[in-house]
Amino acid sequence: MQPEPESITIKLQEQIDALQAKVSMLENSRKDQLSIAIVSGDLDKIMAAMIISLAAATMDTKVKLFFSFWALSALRSKNIRGKGKNFISRMFGIMLPRGKNRLKLSTMNMAGAGPLMIKHLMKKQGVLCIDQMFKDAGELGIEIVVCEMSMNLMGFKKEEMMDYPHLSYAGAVTFVCDANESSMQLFI
Amino acid sequence: MTTEELKNVVVAKSVDARGTACPGPLLEAKKAIGTIKAGDVMEILSADEGTKSDIPKWCGKQGHEYLGAVEENGYFKVYMKKK
Repeated sequence: MQPEPESITIKLQEQIDALQAKVSMLENSRKDQLSIAIVSGDLDKIMAAMIISLAAATMDTKVKLFFSFWALSALRSKNIRGKGKNFISRMFGIMLPRGKNRLKLSTMNMAGAGPLMIKHLMKKQGVLCIDQMFKDAGELGIEIVVCEMSMNLMGFKKEEMMDYPHLSYAGAVTFVCDANESSMQLFI
Repeated sequence: MTTEELKNVVVAKSVDARGTACPGPLLEAKKAIGTIKAGDVMEILSADEGTKSDIPKWCGKQGHEYLGAVEENGYFKVYMKKK
């Protein structure tokens, strides 16, 4: 028995819909977007991440930075102290660098002499200072996503985080979804 | 374009980024590109070697026309035309 023409049309329509869904998924997976998971809290690594991000943002690539674990030290503000912390969180707060200007170098730190020398050289050679990098990043619309779980784990409070125009709080799923859409994913 | 042609080109905007290293010159160029009209030529002065290869790539992606670079004493001038 021949199938009715109506049922054939319905089947074709279903197949077209399925194909369209696949195509749009593929298109979305190659967005002009850069996702970086920044885990390290060393001055050199944060700088590398920021320089790559700035270069990408200048090229009109959407940039989403996911800050977690040690990298969160870079986002702390110098003066504000979080309230209501337990003993361990207070210790973490004391031991970890308070903000991007107090970060250590991953090698050649030399008890703080290394970062001073690097900053001196950067100034001499006209490399943007780390404060300026974050300022430019804000102007270029680079998004910073703070991993809420690691922030809580290290006992940092939201009020401790620096002023940044595009700062939000989220979990690992947000990074995975953003990274899935991005044509570039990096881990620093 | 040849060096001679580049030297005679009418520049609508000149960006002096000789004081900054990578990615400073590109940031300056990005800020300045909004201030000129389509078809205008912009020159970027840079002492950073990397800029010479970065600007053509940036132009390629944004659709601007890269015209060329001229070596000067200790720096160079990069020319581009806005799309």
